[in-house]
Amino acid sequence: MTDIAWIDAALSSARPQAVAALLRYFRDLDTAEEAFQDACLRALKNWPKNGPPRDPTAWLIFVGRNAAIDRVRKTSRQTELPSDEAISDLDDVEAGMAERLDNSDYRDDVLRLLFVCCHPELPATQQIALALRIVSGLSVAQIARAFLVSEAAMEQRITRAKGRIAKAGVPFEAPGPVERAQRLAAVAAMVYLVFNEGYSASGGEQPARAPLCDEAIRLARLLLRLFQAEPEIMGLLALMLLQHARREARFDADGEIVLLEDQDRTRWNRKMIPEGLALVDKALRHRRPGPYQVQAAIAALHARAARAEDTDWQEIDILYATLEVMQPSPVITLNRSVAVSKTRGAQAALDMVEPLAAKLGNYFNFHGVRGAYLLRLGRQAEAREAFDRAIALANSAAEAAHIRQHLDRLMKDNAAAEKPAAAKK
Amino acid sequence: MLYTILCYNQEEVVGAWTKEEDDACMVRLKAVQDDLVKQGKLGPVARLLPTTAATTLRKGSDDPIVIDGPFAETKEQLLGFYMVDVASLDEALDIARDLAVANPGVGSYEIRPVQLFFPNGNT
Repeated sequence: MTDIAWIDAALSSARPQAVAALLRYFRDLDTAEEAFQDACLRALKNWPKNGPPRDPTAWLIFVGRNAAIDRVRKTSRQTELPSDEAISDLDDVEAGMAERLDNSDYRDDVLRLLFVCCHPELPATQQIALALRIVSGLSVAQIARAFLVSEAAMEQRITRAKGRIAKAGVPFEAPGPVERAQRLAAVAAMVYLVFNEGYSASGGEQPARAPLCDEAIRLARLLLRLFQAEPEIMGLLALMLLQHARREARFDADGEIVLLEDQDRTRWNRKMIPEGLALVDKALRHRRPGPYQVQAAIAALHARAARAEDTDWQEIDILYATLEVMQPSPVITLNRSVAVSKTRGAQAALDMVEPLAAKLGNYFNFHGVRGAYLLRLGRQAEAREAFDRAIALANSAAEAAHIRQHLDRLMKDNAAAEKPAAAKK
Repeated sequence: MLYTILCYNQEEVVGAWTKEEDDACMVRLKAVQDDLVKQGKLGPVARLLPTTAATTLRKGSDDPIVIDGPFAETKEQLLGFYMVDVASLDEALDIARDLAVANPGVGSYEIRPVQLFFPNGNT
């Protein structure tokens, strides 16, 4: 690896902690970002010459802070400027570093930075864009590409989000345990939103949007490094790893959805799965279950099944039932019905989803799943009606195409039924 | 004479490599390994998963305590390692507990899942 590539990786890995610490000093996002940029420029000049510092993050914080103070002095012209040497000669920065931060400082800093990005006044899309820009350091162009909008539109979205936050004020007091737990929960939800922006992309959009999944995984790893004993953060990271591991198998060559049970499991990512499974095991040891852990446990059961028919649907049914209690939602019941259809048959599954019609009537997947149960029960006319509704409500071409496969099969079966003699031959 | 070569680096930095950079590094490492395989000098090679997936069993009492995260004590040194093929973290922890009984006193076992394992080099 070249020096520059190493420095690049070091800068991007240090970014969340460094920007977070600088935000604590300057209490202003733009100043913190600029200070970090300055520090990066100096790193690019200094590190190839003097070798990388032992603690790049602390170096960047120290240098960034000095650079920003210098900038303030230059603009206010009140104090004499320090000689450039005093700032750029950094040989003994590390030895003299008074601000050696320990893990607990970083912890609240990074949490604050992420928490600022998921301010409740910001709509979800702005939260995600802001976190990717400020915490992950993606360029506006990269984020715009992932959101399939123009760079100008994304620039505007981020500027607007920053404006709102500046007005709302950043919470600087060190959080108490309850406050810290609330912040962590809000941040976890935001990280999962980032993930789902990437994960829910259709086949054709995958190449542009999958980096969002990688970024969310990186953020969750960062959180878990800082909050090592939080089972829900373990669950969140595990859930994302186990879902993202299926990435290569989720769409066929034409970009169409491949159902979990039809996926080529040899194409599942063999690096992400063991990490996800280890994290699920770690989390469950705490005996403090939460929604991310339960969802991760469901994903783990799929990951552990070498073939679709080896899936432990009984256990998945139980886990969905647990999730229904934790987070009552018709979508979870709909998902649970799939497990029920495997363990107790299509009629039991259909009985489970029929009462959801009022709430999920406009949800394409509801009609798709219901149609599949009707089909299995031989109620073809009703199945066709359900599939037609599903296609009408589909959000993407891939979703519609997926339902169309069911319809095509239905038509073929009907055609075969009309010509029994030909079928017998 | 057998030697182990233990690899240390900053995992945040390595984790920030792009897939292309990571793949390129693995290709360069494989070239080194292939050479060693030809000379009959290479034993098992493993790449470990991030420390966020690690659990540590801390000895020093009758019932060792389990801590989330990697081994973080700087006063103790790495003295050996085992690789076990088990179904769950709990099973690995049980084995570590048995080891702790057989070798009581202070010390720790970090239980870290393995990402890649090549019994005889990356072949």
